[in-house]
Amino acid sequence: MAPVAPRSGDAIFASVERVNAELFTLTYGAIVRQLLTDLEEVEEVNKQLDQMGYNIGIRLIDEFLAKSNVSRCVDFKETAEVIAKVGFKMFLGVTASVTNWDADGMSCSLILEDNPLVDFVELPDTCQGLYYCNILSGVIRGALEMVSMKTEVTWVRDMLRGDDAFELQVKLLKQVSEEYPYKDDEYSEV
Amino acid sequence: MAAIHSFYIINKSGGLIFYKDYGSAGRMDTNDSLRLASLWHSMHAISQQLSPIGGCLGIELLEADTFDLHCFQSLTGTKFFVVCEPGAQHVEGLLKHIYELYTDYVLKNPFYEVEMPIRCELFDINLAQAIQKDRVTLLGR
Repeated sequence: MAPVAPRSGDAIFASVERVNAELFTLTYGAIVRQLLTDLEEVEEVNKQLDQMGYNIGIRLIDEFLAKSNVSRCVDFKETAEVIAKVGFKMFLGVTASVTNWDADGMSCSLILEDNPLVDFVELPDTCQGLYYCNILSGVIRGALEMVSMKTEVTWVRDMLRGDDAFELQVKLLKQVSEEYPYKDDEYSEV
Repeated sequence: MAAIHSFYIINKSGGLIFYKDYGSAGRMDTNDSLRLASLWHSMHAISQQLSPIGGCLGIELLEADTFDLHCFQSLTGTKFFVVCEPGAQHVEGLLKHIYELYTDYVLKNPFYEVEMPIRCELFDINLAQAIQKDRVTLLGR
């Protein structure tokens, strides 16, 4: 059977069921507010948002792969482009741009001009250390881990903190190859 | 006569997380199915090493005299494979469709723990519908 061509972010976004954007923004806002009430510490909330994102990412990746028909990316540069153009478009309806590649191609920035999570949001003075969209960094980290890439995803610029755009730095730490653990003594049969 | 005899899903560590058989031919008990799944996982991995050309993605089709085995592995390492009658057509399309059902009814179920055995009723129902539809289309050809 001939391999199916990968679908564009727009095509997939048009074909999936969508939800009211305000409901999405309000739901996410409610989650962040509740976490702040429950955990009180801004750092703890950042960690929880990242963890929640991670749990979403590990499930989201298969959905992404099934719907988009992308084949294995040749290098990390392709991975970043696919996340920015297909991934973000498919799930958030916005595209990101990829810039700031470092010399060995292991780290780049994803820039979001438009971010549906932060519509109508303003950070109060009491929450200045909060990374409101930290769920996104968790999602990317979780998703990439399921395709054998260990990454570190951090916010470089955050419009809610006064910057001019949302910038995520994605750094590839390790590409874990899927080698059969012949020599691994800890591997045990189910 | 069912075209598909049985269907398996293996998680990325090689454990069987879903098994369904259709028809009495090739039915096996839980222990056998677990063993077979582990064996298949190993064989699939070894086949990647055996390949003289790098970048081999593993066994996709195994043809025997009495059955065919079609295997689809997602980029996340989850394997979906069917044991069907020899010469069955369009099984890859069916496997891709089942992959989509898995991403919907299994992964989006918040109470399903990843890598654990699948016990999702909606997945069972939709899988049965997909297999049934495939069977009907097969008879129609």
